[in-house]
Amino acid sequence: MTLSLFIIYKAVLVILVFLISLVIAMYSTYAERKVAAFMQDRIGPNRAGPFGLLQPVADGVKMFMKEEIIPQVSNKFLFILGPSVAMFTSCITGAVIPWGTSLHIAGHDFALQVTDINIGILYVMAVTSIGVYGIMIGGWASNNKYSLLGALRASSQMISYEVAMGLAIIALVMTTGTLSLKGIAAAQTGWHWNIVYQPLGFLIFIICAFAETNRTPFDLPESDSELIGGYHTEYSSMKLGFYLFAEYINMFISSAIMSTLYFGGYNMPFIGRLGLSPNTMAILGVVFLFAKIFFFIFFFMWVRWTIPRFRFDQLMNLGWKILIPLSIFNMAITGFIILVLHK
Amino acid sequence: MQSLTTRSKVASNKKMTFVEKLYLPAILGGMRITLNHFFKKKVTISYPEQTRPMAPVYRGQHVLKRDENGAERCTACGLCAVACPAEAITMTAAERKPGEEALYREEKYASVYEINMLRCIFCGLCEEACPKEAIFLTDRIIDSGYLRKSFIFGKDILVDPLDKPIDVSVRETKETREFKTHPEFAHNKLNTKSLK
Repeated sequence: MTLSLFIIYKAVLVILVFLISLVIAMYSTYAERKVAAFMQDRIGPNRAGPFGLLQPVADGVKMFMKEEIIPQVSNKFLFILGPSVAMFTSCITGAVIPWGTSLHIAGHDFALQVTDINIGILYVMAVTSIGVYGIMIGGWASNNKYSLLGALRASSQMISYEVAMGLAIIALVMTTGTLSLKGIAAAQTGWHWNIVYQPLGFLIFIICAFAETNRTPFDLPESDSELIGGYHTEYSSMKLGFYLFAEYINMFISSAIMSTLYFGGYNMPFIGRLGLSPNTMAILGVVFLFAKIFFFIFFFMWVRWTIPRFRFDQLMNLGWKILIPLSIFNMAITGFIILVLHK
Repeated sequence: MQSLTTRSKVASNKKMTFVEKLYLPAILGGMRITLNHFFKKKVTISYPEQTRPMAPVYRGQHVLKRDENGAERCTACGLCAVACPAEAITMTAAERKPGEEALYREEKYASVYEINMLRCIFCGLCEEACPKEAIFLTDRIIDSGYLRKSFIFGKDILVDPLDKPIDVSVRETKETREFKTHPEFAHNKLNTKSLK
C-alpha cells in the first residue's frame, strides 16, 4: 500500500468514525426522548418532520441560536476549555475500536479500525480519565457552588469507579491474553463471547460504565433536582450542547466497548457456516456490532427511565465496599481457573 | 387498633435477605415493568388532530343568540351580570333607533357587552338568569392568548354569527324553558312568543 493511499484510507476512516459518532449521539437525544416517552405511556417528539425525526436538528439550531453567556467572575479560558476537553476526549476514543474485520479491495487490505495499538484498552481507560477533566474544569471555572459540587461529585465518582472497572478489565485481559481490542474481538468467534467466561466481570464493568458516563442511576454530577444541572449550571448555548453531546458520544463509545469486550464485537455465532465472501462477512460484522451497540444504548436509556438516582454515600459504598472487593474476587477466581487449566 | 381500610400495611424493619441486598432482582423487576409500558397503548391525545370526547352539556365559550329574524335577543337587562359570581360580565345599554328593528329585537339593547374570560368560571348562572334566552354557553374552548386584554370578549366575538348560527339546542331544551316558568323564577319573564 502506498503512503498516499494509506493516508486517504485512514482519513476516510477517521472522518467516518467521527461522523457516525456525532450522528448517533445526535439521534441518541431523539431516542432518549422517545424511549422516555414510550416508557411513560406517551408518544414523545413527533412534530418536527415525520415521527419527529428532525427534532435533533431543531434542538441543534436552538442550541446555536441561544445567547452565549460567560459569567463575569469565571475564568474565561478554563470556562471554554471545559466543554472542549469533554467533547475532544469523547471523540477520540473511537479510534481504537475495531468496527469490523477488514475489506479486501483491489488487492489491498483495509482494516476497519482506525489504529490497532497493542494497549487499546489502556488507551480507552486513559482517555476516559482525561474526560473527567472536562467536567472538573467546567465546574471549577464556573465559580458557582452548584457547579463545583457537581464537579467534585463527578471526579470522586469517576476515580472510585475507574478502579473497579480497571480490575474487571484485568480479569478479562487475563483470559484473553491481549490488551489490543482487535485481538480481544478476534478471539471471540462463535459462542466464545467473553460474557460466557466473565459474567461477574461484565456486571461490574457495566455498572462502572454507567458511573463513568454519568448516566442514571449514577448521574449525581448532573442531578437536575438537587444541583440544577451540576457542572453545567452556568453553561449556555453550544457550550452546554457540547457537554450534553459529549455525554451521548460517551454512551455510544462505552456501548461499543462493552460490545467489543464482552459481546464478541463484530462476531456473530453461526455466521461462519454460511460460506459468505470475506467482504460480505466484514460488512455483516459491522452491522452486527452496531446492532449490539444500539441494544446497549437502548439499555442505557431503559435503565435511566427505570431506576432512581443513588444517594452519594450509597454510591461510594457501592463503589468501594462492594464493587472493588467483588472485582478483586473475580480476578482471583479467574487467575485460579487459568492456573488449573494451563498447569 | 382497628384499621380503617383493608389496604393498610404494617411497616417492618426486618433485615433484608441476601437476595434482596443484591438489588439486582428488584432492578430487573423494575425494568420488566418499564419494558411492559414501552409496548402499551399510549394515552396521549395529539390535540389539534384528535380531540377528547366532550360531555354534551360542556360549558365553554358563551354565545349571544339572535332570534329567528336575526335580531339580537339581549336587552341589556343586566341580570346575567348580577347573577355572575365572578363578576366577569359588564355591559352598556342603549336605545334602539328607528330603522334598527332588524338588528335588535326590543327597544333596549347592549351597545357594549363584555365577558372577561379570565374571570369567568363557566358556571352557567348567566344562562340560567337570562330572561330573554339570549346568552348560552357552548362546547367551544377558549383559545390561549398572549395578552390579558385578548381575553375580554366583546360583542364581536360573542354575538352569534349571522351566516352560521351556533347550535345551542342541547342547552336550550324544552325542559330548560319550562324550568324558567317556575314561580320561583317569575322575575325571568319568558318571551314565549319568539321562542316557539
